[in-house]
Formats: sequence, structure tokens, C-alpha cells
Amino acid sequence: MKIAVALKQVPDLSEELEVDGSGKALDTEYLKFRLNEYDEHALEEAVCLKEAGQVDEVVAIAVDGEDTDKMLFSAMAKGADRVVKLTGGEPSDSHQFAQAFAGVLGGDYDLILTGVQSVDDRDGQMGPILSTLLDVPCVSVVTRVEIQGGNASVHKEYFGGLTGEFAVQLPAVLGIQAARQTPRYAPVSKVRQIQQSASIEEVAIASLGDGAGSEVSAMSPPEKGSGAKMLGSVEDLIEVLQEKGVA
Amino acid sequence: MGDVLVITEHMQGEFQDITFEMLGKAKELANGGRCSALVYGAMKNKAAELGAADRVVSVGAGDDFNPEAYAAAAKAVVQSESPSLVLVGSTSMGMDIGPVVGTALNLPVVAYCSGIESEGGGYALTSQMYGGKMNTTTQAATAVALVLAGAFSADAGRGDGSPAVEEVAGEFGSGRVQFQQLIEPEAADVDITQSDILVAVGRGIGSKDDIEVAQELAETLNADIACSRPIVDAGWMPKSCQVGKSGLKVTPKVYIALGISGAPEHLEGMKSSSTIIAINTDKHAPIFDVAHYGMTEDLFDICEELTESLG
Repeated sequence: MKIAVALKQVPDLSEELEVDGSGKALDTEYLKFRLNEYDEHALEEAVCLKEAGQVDEVVAIAVDGEDTDKMLFSAMAKGADRVVKLTGGEPSDSHQFAQAFAGVLGGDYDLILTGVQSVDDRDGQMGPILSTLLDVPCVSVVTRVEIQGGNASVHKEYFGGLTGEFAVQLPAVLGIQAARQTPRYAPVSKVRQIQQSASIEEVAIASLGDGAGSEVSAMSPPEKGSGAKMLGSVEDLIEVLQEKGVA
Repeated sequence: MGDVLVITEHMQGEFQDITFEMLGKAKELANGGRCSALVYGAMKNKAAELGAADRVVSVGAGDDFNPEAYAAAAKAVVQSESPSLVLVGSTSMGMDIGPVVGTALNLPVVAYCSGIESEGGGYALTSQMYGGKMNTTTQAATAVALVLAGAFSADAGRGDGSPAVEEVAGEFGSGRVQFQQLIEPEAADVDITQSDILVAVGRGIGSKDDIEVAQELAETLNADIACSRPIVDAGWMPKSCQVGKSGLKVTPKVYIALGISGAPEHLEGMKSSSTIIAINTDKHAPIFDVAHYGMTEDLFDICEELTESLG
């Protein structure tokens, strides 16, 4: 049983975001990138499945970009057996990312995990797009995976705490919302050690396909309505609470 | 003007609000074109609730949501009818349908839509991106749009009527995904949907032990405690305390958000609260856009000072 985890870097939202000169995209000059937080959960769930003895091999895959090597070595430090970097292309939307991943994921894997969504997937979530390209089933918003025989038993979250349980024939793509436990942290020393001993496999991207089939015509921060009235002190806050009859 | 198809969403035999929110918008956008609603399984028996639609298209595909079968049925209908616009929820269910239909039929997919207007011969779609920190506009002649819950008025889409129901026969999906069961949430000690005052903690609280500070404040205010998704994922608080898209929708008199940035998924669950007070050190945090009052000081200082003054 072999699992692939598709990883992607996204802009770090703790930084201030600005629109570039074109008015259609983020200004990337000062942008910091980090691993998509849902992909972190996908990787964690894959490693947990291996530790539970339900999976033999976990392969983390990412498209080449800034800090990709560091991200992949870190994935290894967290428990991935192998890491693969897709080179020679710069996918710009979910459709192109899906196409790049589909190029290496056909046939060879029993299960593909990825984050349920990312902060920049304007043209749809990558998981279901990838599953369509591979002609395998997809379940998104997954919070639990168990593998028995050739099937996965998965929990899919709805709203209000409701959960659907499904039996999914493998191979399949699962969009992970949350791993069974908090994603583990890889100490820098361990990442460094792996960096010296392990290697990253490289595979050239065959095709990025036609892309999203739509383009962004404008990007701007949301209009700020009247916004919150900023309070200067705790006394002001108490006054508000008293006014609302709760203090 | 153009034909618009709404993929309805239901749970346990009831249409969800998102269905009516999409229908109201669909009717407005169709403007002379045909506004159709696709219903699954036995929901065809409730077609009269979909009076805002010109017609209802009924597919089988089972009474319970099935990612594969529901997407396959939607794809078949979209393929045969070629509507200009397909609306599907930006929800757990819609996420398994929209991108699949769009990709399979080579139609543009536009996610996280908070606004859709007719423009030229097509549509201008606004998407909430980057955790609500940026909006993008996409222009498309045709599209499969994933519509955010709460973006449009449900009232505009509610209305009894007798839309014609057309059945589409077929076996949908290839049985690779089987629905097993629906699991109800565990009963909670406190039902936060009934609370008058909520003190909610987010990632900014930093550690499990520090939740105590918020708890003390909650006790002082006679409030209940709630949280955002990351706190539940970390195992620091139970699921029954989670506010947001995959948690609970709350409407207390006062909602105090501590260290919550205000991702769209969280706002969906609390933005209808009567008074929202946000405390977050990031003055650009989207929570301040929906909050009525805000403070950017350290939440621990404020909590302690408040607890002391009011206790």
C-alpha cells in the first residue's frame, strides 16, 4: 500500500498582502511562503497511517519553487519515505497543479492525500480536479482515514458537527481537512541531518494542460464597510459590555 | 440573461439554506433565461419548496449524499442542458461536485464566490481569497461557481410554487464510493447555539494552558466558551465548542473573539451575532471587518484586566 501526498506552498497570511502593479495578482516581492496548512494535515494523516501499519510507503510530492527542497526534507523528517520534486514548470492555478501532479500519480499509488483547500485556489480545489484527471473517486473535507483491504473508510465532515462515513474503493484522492492528531513538528537539527543523507528525486513535468479556463481581471482587498470601532482601553470595553447589558 | 442551474443541497430530508440563497441569486441572474434546480433522490417530493425555480430536474443518485454519484448526476445534467451558469455550494458537499463537473466538462470553475453579476455576455464573479484578505474578480462567459454560504439572501429564493419536475433517469457513478452512515455529533454539555454571551478563542491564544485565561473571563461574564477550528484540531477543546463552517452557527447577543483572525470559514458561523468584539494584535485581521468593536492590545492583558475589574 503506497500513499502519495501532494504538497503546495501558499502565501503566508500572517504577512501583509499587497496587490502588484497589474492589479490582478499579489505582489510577490516581499511575500513569504509556507506549506499549505491543510497539506500539513494530509502529510500527518499519511504518516499516521504508516505508523498504524496500514500503509507501506509514504511519498511526498511537490512542484519545484522557492524553498521546496527545505519543505521536502522537512516532510522526510516528519516521516515521508521518499520525496519527489516536479521540475520544469510553474503551475499558476489549481488546474495546472493538478495536471502536474496527475503526470506522476497515474497508476502507481493506492491513495493520494492532499489538503482539502488552499488560500489561493480560485479555480477550484486541487483534490477533486486531480481525481477527475485521474478518473478516480474523490472525497473532500476528510477527518479520518482507515484502510482495510482495497478500501478506505473515511469520515467526511458536513456542518453542525455532522459527519458522513463512506467506503471508498482505492485508488482515490482524499482532501484532508484535519489529521487525527496535530501535525508533528520536525526539529531543524533532524531536517539538517536528513538534508545531508537523503536525496530528492526529480521528475520533469510533462504538461501543465490548459489551466483554469478563466482569468482574474482584478484583485483588491475587500471593502472595509464601517469596520470595527477601535477601543482604546479596557475601561472603554467595560462601558460597551455594560451598554449591552452583559457586565 | 442565460440559463442558470442550481445544484440543491439537502441534509436529512431538508433543503439547506444555501439552496435558497443560490436560487434567489439564480432567478435574478437568469432574468428571462431559465432558472432550474437539480434535486437528488427523494427531495423531488419537496419540489414545491423550490417555487423560485422555473423547473426542477430530478435525478436519482440516492437520498444520502454520495460524492461520486452526486457529481456524476450533476455532470450528466450540465452536459445535456449546457446552462450558462451552474451554482453549487462552497460547502463540504459542493466541493465534491463543482470542481469535478467543471473539470470533466471543461468549464471554468470559480470558487469561494461572494458576488456574481451579469456583465457583457457573461458573468463577473467575486471570490474571497487568501483567508478573506483579498477579493478577486473573474470574468467568464460560462462558469461553475461555488457559492459561499450566507453570500446571498435566502429569502429571495424561498417561495412555494409548483415548478414542473422533470426526471432524468440513469445510473450515476460507478459505485466506487459507498455511503455507510451519518454520524451525529456527540451531545455537548453546553449548547453554544443557545448562549447569550460567548467568549471564543482562536489560534492567537497560543497554548492549551492559556485557554484558562479565557475561561476565567467567561465565568466572570457568565458566558459560555467557544472556539475556532484550529483549537479543536489541536485537541484543546471539544468539537461541540467549534464555531464556523464545519462547526456550529451561533447568534449570541455578544460574541467576544480572542485571537481569532476571522477566516471566512469562521465568520460564516458567527457574523450574525448582535454585537461582536474582537481582540487581535493583527490590525489587518479580517475579524475587524465584521466586528463592531475592536482592540489590538495583547489578549492576555485585556482578559486579566477585565476579569479583575468585573470579578
